[in-house]
Formats: sequence, structure tokens, C-alpha cells
Amino acid sequence: MSNLLTVTVNGVAVEVASQATVAVAVVLAGQACRTSVSGQARGPVCGMGICFECRVIIDGKPHCRSCQILCEPGMEVRTDG
Amino acid sequence: MSDATYDIAIVGAGIVGAACAHEFARRGLRVVVVDRDTVGSGATAAGMGHIVVMDDSEAQFALTRYSQHLWQELRRELPDDVEYDQCGTIWVASDEEEMTEVRRKHDHYRERGVATQALDAATLRNFEPNLRPGMAGGLLVPEDGVLYPPCAARFLLERAQQHGVQVRLGCSVAHLGQGRIALSDGLEIRAEFIVNAAGTGSPDLTSGLEIKKRKGHLVITDRYPGFLRHQLVELGYLKSAHSVSSDSVAFNAQPRRTGQVLIGSSRQYGAEHKEVDHAMLVWMLRRAQEYMPGLRAMSTVRSWTGFRAATPDKLPLIGPWSADKSLFLATGHEGLGITTSLGTARILVDQVTGAKPEIPIEPYLPSRVSREHAHV
Amino acid sequence: MTAAARAAECDVRVAIVDDNLSLGGQIWRRATDGSMPDSVRWTERLRAAKVTELCGLRVFHQPQVGILLAEGVDDIHELRYDKLIMATGARERFLPFPGWTLPNVMGAGGLQAMVKSGLPVHGKRVVVAGTGPLLLAVAAYLREHGAELLRICDQASRSSLARFGVALLRQPGKMVQGLRLKKALAGVPFATNSWPVAAQGEQVLESVTISREGTSETIACDYLACGFHLVPATELPSLLGCEIENGYVRVDDFQRTTLPEVFCAGEPTGIGGIELALVEGQIAGLAAGGRADEARSLFGERKKRRAFAQALDRAFQLRTELQRLASPETIVCRCEDVPYSRLSQCSSWRAAKLQTRCGMGPCQGRVCGPATQFLFNWNPDSVRPPIFPVRLESFAVTAGVSEPVYQEVTGGHG
Repeated sequence: MSNLLTVTVNGVAVEVASQATVAVAVVLAGQACRTSVSGQARGPVCGMGICFECRVIIDGKPHCRSCQILCEPGMEVRTDG
Repeated sequence: MSDATYDIAIVGAGIVGAACAHEFARRGLRVVVVDRDTVGSGATAAGMGHIVVMDDSEAQFALTRYSQHLWQELRRELPDDVEYDQCGTIWVASDEEEMTEVRRKHDHYRERGVATQALDAATLRNFEPNLRPGMAGGLLVPEDGVLYPPCAARFLLERAQQHGVQVRLGCSVAHLGQGRIALSDGLEIRAEFIVNAAGTGSPDLTSGLEIKKRKGHLVITDRYPGFLRHQLVELGYLKSAHSVSSDSVAFNAQPRRTGQVLIGSSRQYGAEHKEVDHAMLVWMLRRAQEYMPGLRAMSTVRSWTGFRAATPDKLPLIGPWSADKSLFLATGHEGLGITTSLGTARILVDQVTGAKPEIPIEPYLPSRVSREHAHV
Repeated sequence: MTAAARAAECDVRVAIVDDNLSLGGQIWRRATDGSMPDSVRWTERLRAAKVTELCGLRVFHQPQVGILLAEGVDDIHELRYDKLIMATGARERFLPFPGWTLPNVMGAGGLQAMVKSGLPVHGKRVVVAGTGPLLLAVAAYLREHGAELLRICDQASRSSLARFGVALLRQPGKMVQGLRLKKALAGVPFATNSWPVAAQGEQVLESVTISREGTSETIACDYLACGFHLVPATELPSLLGCEIENGYVRVDDFQRTTLPEVFCAGEPTGIGGIELALVEGQIAGLAAGGRADEARSLFGERKKRRAFAQALDRAFQLRTELQRLASPETIVCRCEDVPYSRLSQCSSWRAAKLQTRCGMGPCQGRVCGPATQFLFNWNPDSVRPPIFPVRLESFAVTAGVSEPVYQEVTGGHG
């Protein structure tokens, strides 16, 4: 039985199951996590925190590996794309 | 002379060797460059790539200034991956004592035609908002710049190759002298003149060279574009570079074109192994945090060390080696290898070809050292 | 986990540290649904033995022998140990092909991890590709969670897989597992000698082209779960100075590395799957805890499980066609966006690093390292701290006595 909570991704509210990671919220929001050095959209790949493709800005803090961070109510997630 | 395979054989494909190859090639000589590893794999790979005018001595000023001009002339031809950026240096003064030094430097440079601007505390904060509040001010030298050394060395070497210069990488030199370079694999290269541009490896090839390894540490962050605009150097850097015997750190931060922040610097004598020395690293990073508290929370991606080739009088050795008529030196550049590489190449090649150098060369002649020995 | 539990049962103070948010690593990630009884059993044992659990911590340096530094969300921990057991596991090998950087192209284990972390896949069309036993396990898992499995492709040949199947049957319990998987995947097209040649899509994945026995077929899908078997995570062992042989940490019969106080168990000593890891972990824990005889009693089981590891290795060798999937523009280093064409001009890993920055990004070569090793036969560099990106302030910490002393630390992740 999971509760739901709400985070925002690029200003848009996204509802996720509690215990969902921020990466999941970004994918559910239909956003890419980041834009690569040459401008490509990127999303999570390894799911275990080693590829660094899932990096987003959480509550103003850049370079957060979203697949390793649990969503918390009210979190503001921004992707740079 | 007529059966020599090459006119010039250069040992070392770092920034200095590559610059020399480039300069020789421009003047139509037949050149081979030999290196035991890959292009720019020694100090060239490790250093900050700062192009900076330094006024520690008139000789140092002359060479850095001359060479900086040459980099400015070359900049338009540099490919993108060399990342040349004339971001300028700000020498940061943390107190009034250092502000006095700012004013002295300002006058000193102005007299010598180097553009500078003394910054008061407010202007400094404007230019670099991420410096901790309470700095006394600084000196902006807008013509200084930065580049990415391994690609700069490769570019110079490629240019040289277009002029017919041969490059042999992964070739260790067993010994050299009298117009011959004996490689470890048994092959031999013959040349009318040999240039020892092997940096910290140069004393292994030419005995009697007083070059010591001066270890440095660096750390680079992830991308934080806009955090830093100029290369920042604390004025205490000068005390660090001055010291001939003790370990020291001095705050040094550089904005890379990638948006990463490159953080230095440290100096150690007598450290032979290339492992990161945690105590030195901590010392260096704490100093950096003091100057820019925003660095604390930044993601640090890599650390590494490098060895500078240091001479006793802090000036490089550029010129003939009296014990061997075929041998010239272009080594001992300590922390100014990138800056002075082009100038070094010019005055070295002038000496080999008998052309008139554009700056006085006496302070860099290897014979200055042997002369001192003779007196002792 | 088995190492920690066993060691703690030897009456020594044990801590277990892992980057992930909870224990279990990848295989036992969030195994609360009863599907993995071993996970539950060992968790209970570990807790009963009073092992200190330190999750959400990344070990990044050992500034002094016997002191590890680990970073958490907003703090740093100093872990002093008498003995260290490293169980840093493995990660997937990713190989580049056109379109592999599109969002929703993930690892096989990667997509599974995302689903375990809350990503809904109900009704989503998934293609699973690459190589290795993980593919089937992932496919079954995804199907259980409502995904529409369109295809499973393994680049291994039919005969390799058949031989592997035989080896599987020799392992206790594996036959049951195998049959269960077969049932779970009934009706899903499974192709051998098959691999992805390109992924297509505008902003996200829309389809993947699969080659199979000379023909290719483009399949519209929502996710591509693609991983080419596993590579060991040897960054921490390397940093500490343990001898690495052929890419794996060299250990003796008691799982001791070439450093006397440091042990290593599981995938870093050889990719061998979960059962081998469980027994190696126990041997390491018992040996570190001073119970050599009990450790010895497990040698027989380990030997049996090692046979499986060898079978794994043989079955899932990468074919050379995979070296030619990337086009000149295909990005190989994802952190620095270095394309294949630039790398193919470099003579070594080090030259590539210096000239292109390949391997100098935040993944520290974890993705592009194994890829370039396969593509160009390059050997990676030596490892320097931090072995994981950390805040500058974490790096700038002198090692002093500030945390409780543990006699043993078992480290996961890396």
C-alpha cells in the first residue's frame, strides 16, 4: 500500500508513489534529466548511481544523481534541458 | 655533419619540445621528436595551462612577456580543443600588506607596457562575486589567459609534422650525446644537434643538470559555468614559488571552458612518488575554500599530481651545453612551461641557427650554471 | 551482507557501508516482496548479530591505512577498521551503438533498478538486448510488472547458450530457477546471435533496429533494456593497492587480497553470480572473524559455484561484430560527449584521456572504460582519489579520530 506524494519537475507537479526516486519522477514528467555537453537529451541508464546521466538540480543543488535520491514532498527538481 | 640523419633531434614531446619542433620546422630544418610516452604526457598533462606574465625577476618577466605575445599572435590559428581563452589573471590581495604588493606590481607592469588594473575591494567583488567577502582588492592582468596544454602540444606537433617533422612516440632514450641518441630498443638516431627538452627526465639524459622535481597537486570540479571568470591567484603564490626548500600551497583557481573549476597549487621538494599526498591536498583545498567558500559544496571529480622541472635560480635552461657541442637544452621551466614554451622555442632556435634572438638570452644560458660551478 | 553477518557472528564489531539507500545492492534491491527469501534471511541474521548499517555513504578515499573516508548526503564519515571486506559488486558493461544515448535506452539491470525504484512499466513495450543471464531475469521481472516484452536478444550463439544451459543444470537449485524463468517468459520471442544495431527517436527512444543472422528488423518500443554482461567494480581495491589480475582482484583461499587486512568477495574477484557471491562472502566474513576452520568448510560449495562462473564466462564472450556497431559520430564517452571518430585516432587510454577528456568526467571511466577496453583494447589508468565524486569539503578532511572504531568494515557499491 503506497502513499503518493507530489514533487515539481521544472515547475510542473508530478505525483509519485512514496519511496520512488527522483529519477522516476523526472521520467514520469516526460522530461530528460539533463542536457549533455553537446546538447543531447539524457536520462537514467545504469539505475545504480554510477553513470551520472541522471543528474538533476534538486532544491537548487546541481549534479544530484536522481536515481539514488528518494522523492520528498515539495521537492523542486529542475533539469537543465 | 653531412651523414647526419636529421638536422635536429628533440627529446621530449611536451609543450616545450613540441614548440621547439614547430619553430625548427618553420625555419625549414629536418627534425625528429622522440618521447617515451605520448604527446604532452609529463608536466604538460598535469599543469594548469595558465599563460601568465610573471615579474619575479627581469629575466622571468622578459621571457614570459615575450612568449605571451607569441601566444596572442598564434591564438587565431589554435583549434577549438586547445581552448585558448584570454580570461585574464586576478592577483588577489587578502589584506593591506598584499594590496601594497598590488600597487607595486601595477606600477611595475605599467612601466613595462603590460596592461593592468588595480581593483579595490568593491570592484573585485563585482568581477568575482564568489570570492569570500573581506578581500582587500586585487590586480587584474587582462592579457593573461589559459589553454588546455595536451591539445596545445599536439597542435604544435601536428603543425610541425605538416612541415615534415618526424615524431616517434613510445620510444625511450637510453642515452644521448655527441650527435647520437641511443633508443632503449637498440635503434639509433643521429642528428647534427640534439635538444634535451625532457623536463623532469632531462637530468637522466644529461649528467650535471641541476634540475629537481617539484611536485604539485591539482583538483578539478564538475561543471559549474559562471562560478569563476578569471584565473585567480593569491598573492601569497609568490612566496610559495619563491621558497627553495619548504612545502607550500597557494590558492589558484581557473575557469575551464567546460565550466569546471581547476584548483591548485602546491609545491613540494623531495617528493618522488606520484601518489596524491592527502595532507598536501587537504592543505591546498582548505586554502581554496578560504578564498572561495562556494567551492565547498562543489562536486570534485578528479585529483592528480605532476612534477615541475625546477632549477636552482628558477629560470629555465635554454641554450648550448658546453660539455657537448651537439647538445642544446630547453628544460627547467618549473611552473611556467606553457607560458614560456613559444618564447623558449624562438630563442633556442635562434641560437642553433645563428639568428639574432629578440630578447637577451644570457639569463637562460646553461653556461650560467657551469660558470657558477667553476667559481665554486 | 553474508560477510558482515558471518563476521559479526564471530563476536567482532562490524559495520557495513553502501552507497545505496538500503542494503541489498543490485540483486536484492528492495527485496521486501518475499521474492528473495535469502535476502530476508541474511538481513535478519545481520541485524541479529548487531551489524552497524551505514547506508547512503560513498567510500571515496583511504588517506591512511585503516581509515576510510565515506561521504553521505551532508556529512562525512571516517571508518577506522582492523579488517576490511570489500564486496563492491559489478556493474553492467555498456557498448555504444547509434542512438544508445537516447533517453529510455537503459541498462538491463538499469531498467530493472528503475522499476524497483518506482518506475511504472505496465503496458510499456520493452525490448531486452545485450548478453548475459541478467537479460532473462530482467525480462521476467519486467513482465511480472506488466511490461509488454517484445523481444529478448542475446548476442551469444545458440550453441554457447545451450552449453551454458547444461552447466546450469549441474548447479543445485538452478534447474528450478531455469524452469521458472522459462515459464515466466513463455511466448516472448527470444533470439540468439542477435544484437541492437541502432536506436531511433526524436527526443526519446521510439524504436530499435535489431540484427539477427544477417537480417535486421526495426521494432517500435518504449524502453530498450540493454547491457552486455557485467564488469567488476575494482576501484576501491585498486585505490588501496590490492593486486588486480586480468581485471579481477586477486584473493587467496580465504578471500584475502594481497593486502593482509583486506578481503574481497563476490563479483570483483570474478563474475560468478549470486550463489558464488554468497559463499565467498561467508568465507571472507569467517576468515576475517578468525574462524578459519568454518571458512574452510565452505570451500567445497565455493568450488562448485566457481564452475558456474567459468561457464558464465565462456558462454557470454562478446563477439567482434559488436566492436563495429558505433558509427564515427556515435558518442562513446557520455560524460564528455566524445565520439568514436576522435577516440579511434588515439593510441592508448591515457592519450585519449588527455586529448579528448574521455574518462575524465564524473563517471570516472565506469561507462566508457569497459567500452573502450572492448573497442580498442585499451588498458585503463591507475586509480586516484576520489574514487567517487564528492563535495570538495569532504575531500578536504584530515583523517583523525572522530568516529567509532569498527573491527571490520564491509563495503558495498563502488
